[in-house]
Amino acid sequence: MIAEIGQFVVILALITAIFQGTVPMLGAGQGSQPMMGFASNAALVQFVALTIAFICLTVGYVTSDFSILNVASNSHSLKPMLYKVSGVWGNHEGSLLLWAWILALFGLAVALFGRNLPDTLKARVLAVQGLIGVGFLMFILFTSNPFERLDPVPLDGNGLNPLLQDPGLAFHPPFLYLGYVGLSVTFSFAIAALIEGRVDPAWARWVRPWTLAAWGFLTIGIALGSWWAYYELGWGGWWFWDPVENASFMPWLAATALLHSAIVVEKRDALKNWTILLAIIAFSLSLLGTFLVRSGVLNSVHAFATDPARGVFILIFLIVVIGGSLLLYGIRAPMMKGGGLFAPISREGALVLNNLLLSTATATILLGTLYPIFLDAFTGAKVSVGPPFFEATFLPLAIPLIIVMAFGPFMPWKRADLAGILARLKFALFLALLFVGIIMWWRFDTPVMALVGMGLFGWLLFGSFFEWADRIKLFRGPLSKSWKRMIQLPRSAHGMTVAHIGVALVILGITASEAWQSEHLGVMTPGETVTVGGYEFRFDGVETLAGPNYEADRGTFLATRNGGSGVFLYPEQRRYTDPPMETTEAAIRPMLSADLYVVVGESDGQGGHAVRIYHKPFVSWIWIGSLVMFMGGLLSLSDRRLRLGAPRGARNQTPRTPEMSEAKG
Amino acid sequence: MQLRFLVPVLTFVAIAVVMWYALFNLNPTEIPSELVSKAAPEFSLEAVPGYGPGLAKSDLATGKVVLLNVFASWCVACMVEHPFFMELREQDTVDIYGLNYKDTPTAAAEWLQRHGNPYKRTGMDLKGRVGIDFGVYGVPETFVIGPDGTILDKVIGPLTRPMFEMRLRPLLKGAES
Repeated sequence: MIAEIGQFVVILALITAIFQGTVPMLGAGQGSQPMMGFASNAALVQFVALTIAFICLTVGYVTSDFSILNVASNSHSLKPMLYKVSGVWGNHEGSLLLWAWILALFGLAVALFGRNLPDTLKARVLAVQGLIGVGFLMFILFTSNPFERLDPVPLDGNGLNPLLQDPGLAFHPPFLYLGYVGLSVTFSFAIAALIEGRVDPAWARWVRPWTLAAWGFLTIGIALGSWWAYYELGWGGWWFWDPVENASFMPWLAATALLHSAIVVEKRDALKNWTILLAIIAFSLSLLGTFLVRSGVLNSVHAFATDPARGVFILIFLIVVIGGSLLLYGIRAPMMKGGGLFAPISREGALVLNNLLLSTATATILLGTLYPIFLDAFTGAKVSVGPPFFEATFLPLAIPLIIVMAFGPFMPWKRADLAGILARLKFALFLALLFVGIIMWWRFDTPVMALVGMGLFGWLLFGSFFEWADRIKLFRGPLSKSWKRMIQLPRSAHGMTVAHIGVALVILGITASEAWQSEHLGVMTPGETVTVGGYEFRFDGVETLAGPNYEADRGTFLATRNGGSGVFLYPEQRRYTDPPMETTEAAIRPMLSADLYVVVGESDGQGGHAVRIYHKPFVSWIWIGSLVMFMGGLLSLSDRRLRLGAPRGARNQTPRTPEMSEAKG
Repeated sequence: MQLRFLVPVLTFVAIAVVMWYALFNLNPTEIPSELVSKAAPEFSLEAVPGYGPGLAKSDLATGKVVLLNVFASWCVACMVEHPFFMELREQDTVDIYGLNYKDTPTAAAEWLQRHGNPYKRTGMDLKGRVGIDFGVYGVPETFVIGPDGTILDKVIGPLTRPMFEMRLRPLLKGAES
């Protein structure tokens, strides 16, 4: 029964989406108030319908209803509850339903928080959201129905890949999808603007919070994914340039570019066409990310099962959405009036450079991801593009980007004085170089790339801090005055500083963990000790334990430093029964200065066990930095000017004049 | 209409056409058919330091069916199939030869030390040239080589026990009888 209800509400959602995609669009053209108003109601109905559908599937998983094909092929009655629930989206069909549900959630959010949007814009935005929903719901119903029944009912399910039974991965897809789908709102705003033929600073201000939210979720989603790879794959790596990872990284880069170019639209009424194009590209890359690995065109380890019918549908969908919107852009964009020209040495100049570097990086990764298909199609040769390509092409773009990141915020709009900025940044440059000097003195054999990385970290960290200190005139007057300035500084300015410092911290984590990792690999017998990275590790042996749906060999290690009390580490080697598979559970002791990372492996048959022990300096800063970036986004999102949902009364209290003068500014 | 605004859509059309073609005419999980039942390409490679005397085409024609596994230390999926290869080695089911693909000697040696060595011999294809001759699309890939050194089949992606039993076991049996 529950599956039939789910099936029914998905059909209901599809019908609603068809009307949501057409009626308000026509209404906006005719100026019909009721037809436009219909959009918000339809968005609400869609959300309620898909929420019910999602609950139905979740109930199916929680109660282990194996008469539903999807549950039978992806769940197992012995699975812990958390993974029964996360199993809902741990497969192709369920993840699409989650996608559609989040799309409806964002549609509802636009309907609720967009009360101060012009009626026609809001109607068109919601209509485009509806049309995207039509595509997704049709895809679900015709090729990937999660509610299909199975007869006869099997006694138990197939189980979920144990590698995926992990809290990090359980929440990775929802965040990623929140990011992908969040970009659909920006996309809808772009399409609506193209239809209306008007982009102005107000438009940029309306789009910004959605972009920020999507960007923040993507940041968290990608960070969770790499964190999972770090501790679950058991050899300490955290990024592999796999097609699936690239697919999530490309929209992130495009969204980052979009965040910055939208500022230029807002402040200088320029770069409009480019921003619209970026909004379309960012969402197109999200769709590519969702679909490429499901279509059967590209092969990936993470790929969901592929089916040719799906591939055809996916390609048609991509062609309609991406091709259609780019065609609309090609026809309508030339009619949009651009802003004036501007000087290369200026805030907007720096932002253009930022956009050039970010979009080149995106294009490079897209090229690397699609190149195997192209070469195969044209020459029949099969190649693989591995990390060497991406590292060789991405780093040369990332380095200038980070250099500019510290410069940009110092630059005033319209025209900047480079010498003056250099004078203000010389202290940051000095500190960064001093920092590099200290590292060279500490370890003369440090590789050049590590010195470059640490230099960039120092440059960006100090540069961002001094820019912030400069704004509040820290130490250039009484502290109380600086405090007052700090309070008055817009939250988006604080947000930018925080996010940039987050990037600096990520660079610290990447550089330090790559350059100064120490490790011990080999066989250890119980009672043996080794010293790795200044810590003494004592191996106490391995015992066999039973988990809920696996059996584990658990090793015990005691790590001490300078004879201190020490910590126990318990790495595991797990053998899952359904499906039969072995996984490695690394024991990680995360600390601010370094991670201790221990893996226990096979027995050598003589009482010893293969072990790997790593000391990874500052590696957790990769994820701390990502979290700081996310907080920066949140801070910026809380900026009063951006709060679309603020009631009209409260908005009117906001003085409009300073904002306008700032915009001219 | 200004043409430069049409550049994005034209670029996309080009990508879409190739993807459409790829969907119907290319199969990333299949070997280029011309390689099946042909002799393995000529090659001679040095071993991963400390792991055997090197690997050449002549080593593959052993009079029995063997596997040639393409692996790399930077490859996540190789981690997935690795325990299964160790199992095959322990049970002495089939001889496995390792083609280390676009890797560095130290990284490859460390990787084998960490995870164990399931290979009878190893060869380092540092630049990926041999990989191109073999039609390696991505890592991991596993070739089934017949007694006389001809390629019988190829598996793309991590090799699993069910896949081994269904697809490769008959080939092993066929060669015995």
